[in-house]
Amino acid sequence: MTQQTIDIAAESLSDDERALVDDFLRDNTLFLAPDREIMRNHAHGPRSRDEERVLSGEPDPHALNLVRGRLYAALDETYDMVEQMGTAPGAKWGDLVTGIYTARGDLSAISPKGVVVFSGICHYPIKFIAKYWAKDPTVGLSEGDGFIHNDSRYGNIHNTDQSMIMPVFHEGELICWVSSTIHEGENGACEPGGMPAAAESKWDEGLKMSPFRIVEDFQIRRDLLTYLQNSVRDPKLQYEDIKVKLHACVRLIERIRAVIAKYGKDAFVGCLRKNIEDVDAEVRRRIREMPDGTVRVQAFIDGTLRENCLMKWNFSVTVKGEKMILDCRGSCPEFTNRSINTTLASLKTCLATSYLIYIWPDLPHNMAVFSPIEVLTDENSLLDASFDAPNAMSLTPLFKSFSMPIYAMAKFLYSAPKRYTSVYASHFNQPFTFVYGGITQHSEVTGNFCADINGNGGGARFDRDGEHAVSPIFGYMCDTGEQEFNEEELPVLRLVSQHLSKDRMGFGKYRGGLGYEQMITARDSDVWGFMTGGTGSFHPSAYGLFGGYGSPAYPLAKVKDVNVFDVLKSNPRQFRFDMVELMNEQALEGATYGTYHMGMTFEPAAQGEVYMICQGSGGGYGDVLERDPELVMKDVEEELLSPDLARELYFVVFDEATLIVDAAATAAARDAERKARLARGRPYAEFVADWCTAEPPEDLPYYGSWDDPKVIWAGQGETRRQLDADTLAGIMMPNPKDLRIAELEAEIAELKRRQAGA
Amino acid sequence: MKVFMTEYLAIDLARELWQCRRCDHEIGPARGNYKEGLLVYDRDPREIHRPLLDPAKYRLTFSPHPRWCRILEFYCPGCGTLVETEYTVPGHPPLHDMDFDIDALKAQWKDRPPMHEPAPAPADEPPLKRHCHGHSH
Repeated sequence: MTQQTIDIAAESLSDDERALVDDFLRDNTLFLAPDREIMRNHAHGPRSRDEERVLSGEPDPHALNLVRGRLYAALDETYDMVEQMGTAPGAKWGDLVTGIYTARGDLSAISPKGVVVFSGICHYPIKFIAKYWAKDPTVGLSEGDGFIHNDSRYGNIHNTDQSMIMPVFHEGELICWVSSTIHEGENGACEPGGMPAAAESKWDEGLKMSPFRIVEDFQIRRDLLTYLQNSVRDPKLQYEDIKVKLHACVRLIERIRAVIAKYGKDAFVGCLRKNIEDVDAEVRRRIREMPDGTVRVQAFIDGTLRENCLMKWNFSVTVKGEKMILDCRGSCPEFTNRSINTTLASLKTCLATSYLIYIWPDLPHNMAVFSPIEVLTDENSLLDASFDAPNAMSLTPLFKSFSMPIYAMAKFLYSAPKRYTSVYASHFNQPFTFVYGGITQHSEVTGNFCADINGNGGGARFDRDGEHAVSPIFGYMCDTGEQEFNEEELPVLRLVSQHLSKDRMGFGKYRGGLGYEQMITARDSDVWGFMTGGTGSFHPSAYGLFGGYGSPAYPLAKVKDVNVFDVLKSNPRQFRFDMVELMNEQALEGATYGTYHMGMTFEPAAQGEVYMICQGSGGGYGDVLERDPELVMKDVEEELLSPDLARELYFVVFDEATLIVDAAATAAARDAERKARLARGRPYAEFVADWCTAEPPEDLPYYGSWDDPKVIWAGQGETRRQLDADTLAGIMMPNPKDLRIAELEAEIAELKRRQAGA
Repeated sequence: MKVFMTEYLAIDLARELWQCRRCDHEIGPARGNYKEGLLVYDRDPREIHRPLLDPAKYRLTFSPHPRWCRILEFYCPGCGTLVETEYTVPGHPPLHDMDFDIDALKAQWKDRPPMHEPAPAPADEPPLKRHCHGHSH
């Protein structure tokens, strides 16, 4: 029976009959899957009776402000606790948050330095706990309970993140919830480190924890903890970080009790709710300030981490009055056997975070920033995947989701009489880093990721260049880690750790900030390996703004079949501590050199083999011909830009020895280039008549709409299909190894045929 | 009154026209797609993002693949300013990216004072004044 049939049948029932049916269904539910009513509603709810009583009584705003200050201090304190004590690399470098929610589970405040997405998503499992476990006689809800969860289908970004959620009671009454979340990494997936690109079903993705109680009376249940430790590669990590998150929540509860003791429960309840309502009112006011209309943007993801294909991310923003609609329809369909799908709740939380970080960073961080905004998607698409779709590497579309509002909102906000932040080209938007796993030099089994994921280059602004390797796109306070610290713990050596390398930037009047190059190798372990989980090796990932160019396309480079430590011992001058020189010179005898797309699944690495990646640049802003020649020279001097590009892209005429600009010759060269543009540019109508095609290029594996968001193209060549966006079904991809075997078998057959013919 | 819509585009509300902010070239009707009044060039992305690794040795070189990516460059026909870049797929229709309700825009700006330049970004936070105790006191 479909949900629609149930709904129609339910409508014909009397109230008594409906109550009977509800009771029957509640008592006879086979499996409590994620609740659609909870999971598809991102907005905060109406006031509770208690909140209405408090706020209709005109509470003292000064008292509320004092409460707010105390709560933020407590959130900041608990963030620092987790960062100082946490074991996961993500915890050490800031991929964490603590948060406070109203009694009904609406997010009110998060730690100021924290990763917004982690708390922004936690209201979903809290609402699940409140709806299902609180009244269930086998579970219940009591003081000192702590619930753990990580399954994004119940509300999470991806299942490497684990949360501790605790209810807070005052005189027996539930008054709020607190949470602490860390990107833990290892979770028992088919690849170490918790982000399995190789997962072909949800069963390959490791722990899938629906919310359950692991803490009773403030004590961790050892039986359940042991089960979790037994399910992952790093039982020490699993134990330690549950304790850390529990203690952060306990500290938050202590601070909340102190606030209530001083200011009273009503001031506390009123403050939590007022935080939400004030943000909601301010967001609606800011939307009204914008021009009415529609801005359309699109982006293309160039791989599933298993194969290269182009996946469209279709996005438009429509503003009318105080209403804003984000329309993601026409995007790529879901892949039933690839782990890059995302749930709708994860998508919405990342979009909301983009608004909090890049559009209105001055607002208090809570869910109300997104309550006035509506999101439209195609169900069973990459962005709104079904319950059965794997999603452990949802970062693939989600990292883009932070960029989409940045691209679109710049065109709504440029005209605004008042700016709340700078006009910004996109931050780099790929999770470029090394994920690792194996047995360490200390004989411990582990799997996790390097914090270099946090080194994304910043986008250019309308009045200045982007910052180099400044932060991950999802947070602004995360660090890239201490390499020496990592090397003490892991059998990994950085031959080049964080080197800004020239010419890899989004060019423009203001350029994007660069990412950094890394060379990494395994040492002191014969059981070790790496994976990477990025895209953007064929089609750039971050685009520019208002005439600025985007990031380049970044490959993974490897030097295999060599032990670089032997080379460094016997002939150190052969080695180059520079990716481009090392790869182009190919000086290491017997070594195998290659470049690959950034979606490498887990691969064993012999000691001394070299893996190289480069963190990405943010987008550029404005016309390259308007870049101040002195800024161009500064980039040349700092070896961020080669002299050739200064001449050929920026059209600066200068003395290469002194870097002194010839201003008159530069102006003339730029004028000549403007004239050249006029000569080579074609009138729009004439251009599109030749350019536009009815469908994607035949040989290009393409997934998503083309000119009509209702029609979804899937595949290439003879096997390409057209799907109806309203009735999307998932796409099953062939195993790339099977395709390769078939290709090789065909070659063998052809060789045999020729041999027989000869 | 002119409303600054992007770094290079303005809308003249009274005349309902898209205009170039560098040379005042009249690009086209504000109720239409401004791109229709610009010149377009199909840029091979390898000309901008040049190969850093030797293309004779490697398939992936830091350059986008020209069959997977093209850059549409939109130039002002008056002054040659690069107004927009659009990273796209060969043959994909250019986006009608900005489609504003001109009547609503007029109503919105009716009571707003004209702006002579775009609004500044919020001022950077002033540096914290540190209260230091040296050893010399």
